[in-house]
Order: sequence, then C-alpha cells, then structure tokens
Amino acid sequence: MASGPAPAVIYRHRLPVRIMHWVNVVCVLALLGSGLQIFNAHPALYWGKDSRPETRVLEIGQRRNGDRLVGITRVGAHEFPTHGVLGVSRGPDGAEVARGFPSWATIPDGQWLALGRLWHFFFAWLFVLNGVAYLLWTIFSGHLQRDLVPTGREWRGIGRSVVDHLLLRHPTGEAALRYNVMQNIAYLSIVFIVLPLLILCGLAMSPWLNAALPGWVDWLGGRQAARTLHFAGALLLIAFVLVHVFEVVVTGLVNNLRSMVTGYWRLPR
Amino acid sequence: MRPVRNPPFEHRRERRRLLRAGLAAVAGGALAGCDALSHDERAVRVLGSAEALTRRVQRALAGRAMAQEFTPADIAPVFRPNGTTRPVGETYSAHLRDGFANWRLQVDGLVERPGSFTLAQLRAMPSRTQITRHDCVEGWSCIGQWTGVRLSHVLQLVGARPQARYVVFHCMDVMDEGDYRAPYYESVDMDDAYHEQTLLAWDLNGRRLPVENGAPLRVRVERQLGYKQPKYVQRIELVDSFAALGRGRGGYWEDLGYSWYGGI
Repeated sequence: MASGPAPAVIYRHRLPVRIMHWVNVVCVLALLGSGLQIFNAHPALYWGKDSRPETRVLEIGQRRNGDRLVGITRVGAHEFPTHGVLGVSRGPDGAEVARGFPSWATIPDGQWLALGRLWHFFFAWLFVLNGVAYLLWTIFSGHLQRDLVPTGREWRGIGRSVVDHLLLRHPTGEAALRYNVMQNIAYLSIVFIVLPLLILCGLAMSPWLNAALPGWVDWLGGRQAARTLHFAGALLLIAFVLVHVFEVVVTGLVNNLRSMVTGYWRLPR
Repeated sequence: MRPVRNPPFEHRRERRRLLRAGLAAVAGGALAGCDALSHDERAVRVLGSAEALTRRVQRALAGRAMAQEFTPADIAPVFRPNGTTRPVGETYSAHLRDGFANWRLQVDGLVERPGSFTLAQLRAMPSRTQITRHDCVEGWSCIGQWTGVRLSHVLQLVGARPQARYVVFHCMDVMDEGDYRAPYYESVDMDDAYHEQTLLAWDLNGRRLPVENGAPLRVRVERQLGYKQPKYVQRIELVDSFAALGRGRGGYWEDLGYSWYGGI
C-alpha cells in the first residue's frame, strides 16, 4: 500500500467562500445569457451620450445576398462575415433567424426582451449582494491580505510566473499552497476593477439613476458609452471565466472541483 | 496474462468523452431549464419580484431628482421614431387633415372637474422647454428638445381627487404585437405625474410634434424608459387601480410582460 508519503490534503476553501463561489457561477451565467438577450433587442454599440451612425463602434446585423440573409458583424468601419453565429443563426426549431447572438447563448432562448430583463435584474441583485458579502468576508477574514495581495517577492517573480503559465508548468507541493502572482492579479483586477466598473456602467443605463446625481453618467463617456463599457466588461468577464476554467482543468479538474465543493484539496505532487 | 493495449490512453479518451458529454448536458440542461422557467408563472413572479426592490431603492436614492438636461449642441439630427409611426384609421387621418383643430384632450376619472382641452388651449397654458435624453428599452438613446405643459398644471385644473393613485394615458394608436391587439396605454404614479419635468409635449426641437413622434401630444416622463412615454395621447384618466384596464398591469407593454416600473 504505502509506496510513498500519503498525499497531503489541506482544507483550502472555507464554507462562505465555497457558497459565494457557486452563487457567483449561477449569477454570472444568468447575467451573461440574459445580457445577450437584452443586447439582441438593439445589437449595436456606440460611443457617446446617444446613438447615431457616426458614433457606432459595433453592429451585429445582416446583409442581403440575393434572396438570402447573411449574418455580418461590423467593428468600426470593418465588416466581418459571422454567418451562423452572429447576425444570422439557427433558432431552437432549427430554422435560420436574423438575430444578434445565437439562441444557444441567450436566456430565454427565443427573442424575449421583457423576460431577459427580469432575469438580468433579478440576478444582478443577487450578484451584487453576493459580491458585497464576498468583499466583507475577504477583508475581515484576512483572506485578502493573506492570500490575494502579492508579496514583494512574488511581484519580482512575475516574469517567471508568466513563462510558467504559458508553458502550463504548475507549481507542486508546498509551492502550490499559495496563489501565484498571475492568479492574484487576475482575481484582484476582476474583483476590484472589472466587476465594479461593470456594475457602475449597468447602473448608468438606468434613466432614474442618471437623475440621481447631475451629469455623473458623462464621467463614463455618456449613456451609450456606458452601455459599450458594460458590454466590454462582460467580454472581459467571459475571458476570465474561460481562462479560469482552463486552469482548473489543467491543474486537476477533480481535485479542484472537490476543493470548491468540500473545501479539501490534495497537494499536487 | 491478457494483453492490454494502451489502457491509460483508452481510459483517458473515455473520460474525456464522458466529461464532454457531461458538460454539454449541464450546459444544455441549464439553458433548457432557464427557458422552462421563463414559461413558468411562479418562476416569472419570483424573477419579477426584483422590480419592487429596484423601484424602492431607486426612489429612495433619487426621489424628486431632475433628469439631466442637455445643450442645443447635443440634440440629435433626427429624433428616431419607434413603434407606431402613424396611427391607422379615419379618425386620426381626419385630425391630421384639419391640423388637429377638432381634436380634444379629455381628462376624467377620479377628478373634481372632468374636462377637455383643445390643442390651442393647451398651447396657451404655461409651458416648459427641456432638452433631455430618451432611453429606449431596446438599448438606443436619442436627445431632443421638448416643449409642453406640465402635467401637474393640467391636474390642478381638473382637481385630482385624493384617492387617485395613477394617471393613465389613453392613446390613438392600436398596437398589434403577435396575437395581442389593443390600443396603446400607459400609466405613472402621482409622484411622476407631479414631477417638474413630466410634460404633455406638443413641440419637438422647436417645431410642431411630427406624426411619427406622436402628434399632436405625447407624454414626457424623463426618468423612465421610452415605453412609459406614450405618443398620440387623447385621454387622461385618473384611477386608483389598473383592474379595469387592459390585462390589468397598467400599460400595453406591461400587459405583455414588461415591468411597470420603467426607471431601469
């Protein structure tokens, strides 16, 4: 049996963090899906206070090709063919429909702005309340200082950390106990920059809140700029989730998943 | 001993296949679940419960605040029309032919002195001009200059009764959305009705309100989304509940599932 030292198992994630993490997973998925549903009601973005063709930065639309509609995406002055995914895609019944994001990416799956808004605002509340709870926990439990803020030595080792990540070289043993500096930067910038900006830009789209403080939306570039930033923030969040899930898989899916469910994590050898 | 051909590889491939199938099932199931919930009345009520929270919090933060006003340089070259761009039917056409000379705005319901006003009478009332941004629920925005009489002035003329809780706007355009066909109507509460910027507007950008933007009269409720600001208004009714109107939710789009509170 004992052919070597037994794998060290540590208690890595405490219960509040585990609960808040999974609430977050549900919220982020619901917010992304319903957000794309809302975006589909007017699949274009602008920079400024209002929407007009001169200030358009992105448009997901269609082009007529003979008697056929072809899905295209315009970024600034450039047009890209995105048929099948953006602009025109297959709906739940298998037929091609003209819509911004495809039905498999939106909540609900059909075009239904009213319901998309109900989903979005319900989960926005849950997400914000969960986020506030996380901030309070992370600050008052010492998690922030202990685990998330990189030490001076870690900052100096950032170059090696980048190379290690690119080569998929992951720390083992004792070294794996601490989040590495790349992880810290990713977590801290998502929690303290991207998410607050995302929420702020979301609030900037509420006409009632626009009235609360004179002109505050103009700090973000205007109402439509805020909408564009909200969308850009969502893209960053998707990128974070993809990298996060990728790293979870390559560093041991089962071990990582178990630690986020039960708290217990086996040190990689 | 039985020869085994590369078992770890086979094992891994099987595990990958299972994992992929599992992920697809979870993702597909989650989406299908979201769609099923969207059709479930109780689930929709739970999702919609956030509306009351949003309304209360936003009202507390910006009770009587004024919507942002802009400069003439901010006015959009074209004020984008949306929804109905010309009500169908002979009644509206006749009004249009005679320049709304025989058109009347009727004000009734829970008021002391029900009355009706011609466009000339409304135009003779004290007016307010404001350059504001119109935010459509679809996501686009447009800045325009509106001139009209404050709704509060008209409400004082007719004398709103204390039991009146909402102001309902009945419009001349009949909407046709899927299988639901009904005249457009909307409502606001008394807070919004008496707000400084809540107007019955007859001019857009210094000219008579164009047909596609709601001639002869449209409502401006600047701190709410576009669908709360009806065009082609012909009757204002003060009520204490929505029960007798449409499907009872306080507006045409509300009857089709949109939130009554349009401040977000």
